[in-house]
Amino acid sequence: MSQTKPYRVSHLDALEAESIFVMREVMAEFERPVLLFSGGKDSIVMLRLAEKAFAPARIPFPVMHVDTGHNFAEVLEYRDSRVATLGLNLVVASVQEAIDTGLVRELPDGTRNRIQTPVLLAAVEKYRFDALFGGARRDEEKARAKERMFSFRDEFGQWDPKNQRPELWGLYNGKHHPGESIRVFPLSNWTELDIWHYIAKEQVPLPSIYYAHDREVVERNGMFYAVNEFIKLRDGETSEVRKVRYRTVGDASQTAAVLSEADTVDKVIDEVAATRITERGATRGDDKVSEAAMEDRKREGYF
Amino acid sequence: MSQAVLADTETAPGARMDLLRFATAGSVDDGKSTLIGRLLYDTKTIFADQLEAVEAASASRGDEYTNLALLTDGLRAEREQGITIDVAYRYFATPRRKFIIADTPGHIQYTRNMVTGASTADLALILVDARKGLVEQSRRHAFLTSLLRVPHLVLCINKMDLVDWDKAVYDKIADEFTSFAAKLEITDLTIIPVSALNGDNIASRSENSPWYDGPSLLHHLEHVHIASDRNLVDVRFPVQYVIRPQSTTVTDYRGYAGQVASGVLKPGDEVLVLPSGMTSTIAAIDTADGPVDEAFPPMSVTVRLNDEIDISRGDLICRPHNAPAVAQDIEAMVCWMDETAPLRVGGKYAIKHTTRTARTVVRGLQYRLDVNTLHRDEQAGQLQLNEIGRVRLRTTVPLLADEYRRNRTTGGFILIDESTNRTVAAGMIIEAQ
Repeated sequence: MSQTKPYRVSHLDALEAESIFVMREVMAEFERPVLLFSGGKDSIVMLRLAEKAFAPARIPFPVMHVDTGHNFAEVLEYRDSRVATLGLNLVVASVQEAIDTGLVRELPDGTRNRIQTPVLLAAVEKYRFDALFGGARRDEEKARAKERMFSFRDEFGQWDPKNQRPELWGLYNGKHHPGESIRVFPLSNWTELDIWHYIAKEQVPLPSIYYAHDREVVERNGMFYAVNEFIKLRDGETSEVRKVRYRTVGDASQTAAVLSEADTVDKVIDEVAATRITERGATRGDDKVSEAAMEDRKREGYF
Repeated sequence: MSQAVLADTETAPGARMDLLRFATAGSVDDGKSTLIGRLLYDTKTIFADQLEAVEAASASRGDEYTNLALLTDGLRAEREQGITIDVAYRYFATPRRKFIIADTPGHIQYTRNMVTGASTADLALILVDARKGLVEQSRRHAFLTSLLRVPHLVLCINKMDLVDWDKAVYDKIADEFTSFAAKLEITDLTIIPVSALNGDNIASRSENSPWYDGPSLLHHLEHVHIASDRNLVDVRFPVQYVIRPQSTTVTDYRGYAGQVASGVLKPGDEVLVLPSGMTSTIAAIDTADGPVDEAFPPMSVTVRLNDEIDISRGDLICRPHNAPAVAQDIEAMVCWMDETAPLRVGGKYAIKHTTRTARTVVRGLQYRLDVNTLHRDEQAGQLQLNEIGRVRLRTTVPLLADEYRRNRTTGGFILIDESTNRTVAAGMIIEAQ
């Protein structure tokens, strides 16, 4: 054995190898996996990893978009072109349709984050998906820091943080009874900065709204929301055109932009490395509701 | 936070760092969460909005100082009870390394969490309170570190400010721990006096301990040599998944996908496939980025062979003169992790070992180990939650197994209860035949 060769791998290569391992485990052990694809950067990276995990074969499972109906046009466009390029089967679980059929009721404030959950669970039941890949990262939020790579969900899709399966070595336990399912989070150990370094390394294309652009925005609670069909000016508010980009892409009625000059991936990396605010703190109205907002949503079956 | 001295940021974490995973353990009041909060704070990993939230929460609880523990205790019940319930994963980076912390609760009922966190760790960090010295738990954590064969151990003697940075206190605890560790197989031990609350010897050397000439904790974490911890000698490639594209453009492709457990594979190498015993040579090692000249841990690759052999998930590729045991009789240490039912002799479970799942029966329980005294109770008839013992297993199909001390990947397994599907035990193979 050579003593001089370092056999080093970078942290990005190690993270990629772990994520690919996890995706292959799922494909080998489950009947009907699906990858949750929102057109956000994390799910885009996850899709890229799926491409790499099964090459030269095609990605061997469909992707699902839980569509709140509150979308950024650029993101929907991106979703459709990506799906076409990769030859994937796209399942759309529509919140609007669920409202129309009475499965869920529109909330008084018009936000749809919370009512996505029953729509997701109905689609899981309809298509009998037994493993759902999600792009959640443990660095995003404190309840997510306690999440497993393979997260068991009962027949109601619920997460029980006090009763999680221990995960040892790379031995993931995906066993479940019919009707139960496993949420799988291959990006668990990635940070926001890792995601951006990987996007740069892999030259992964993103929806244009992730890079700085001029947009008409209104400032609310220190956050900058795009003025559009979902967010209308209230009395006394004025809008202005600012240079912004999106750090996260969620429901268009609740996701705020950040002021930014970063119009290339390298500039975004510099900005992310220097920022002092978490991405959810900077951009998500829905997480500011309470200390345990995310934990509560996850218990109900959220991603 | 007024006393905090921020470490120099130097340059921001880059795209090419290596990765160190470490597990932390300590008793409830040893200040473990504070230490982690301090590491995150001093490496500028804590964000302004997180700090604001913690400051607000501390103030509303009436804490005298910003309670950095609140950063890591994320669940509602944890905040209410002021304890850590489950393994939490934390991330920070310096220009040299990215770190993954498995933060494991210290109370007695959560030994399984420590075992879980330690299973993937390159380094374990144990905390003791300088005023109390070693307690039962410190010894248990040291034992678990050696049982899980975590290659590096750091003992932080915390709250040194509360004993006036008395060198004699440090020496006494350090001596006692060193002699205890000598009874265990701990290869690399570093002992650091710290004050997590004030940041002494965390990100930089403290002026309060002129008598201490070792590294700060962060310096040690950044520089501890982990490259040689990997086993690059024994080629072990558990086959995870067979890639056979159903496509008109790629025909006749048959690749064995997996993550290299140990050793270095190269195209042209003669290989042995287990359990069939067939031999072949490596035609190519593929990745989505193109073929590679060699594959080593932890790379995920796809291996193609020059001969058509029937190979499926759960098989293992190795070298003809360096093979694991093909074994149905397994001697192992197990840590029992299920609170609903004990391990009992005669019990049947599913066993997952590398990419192979089989069934197993517990043929015997040689002894239960008292993790505090290391006393062996040979009369024990079962193992309860968090108990550790030596068992003899018989499996339905052969496992392709090494001793855990030689290979953490091909030497480790889990047991799964077939009716509840719960993961009920972690096992470390002592002998396989």
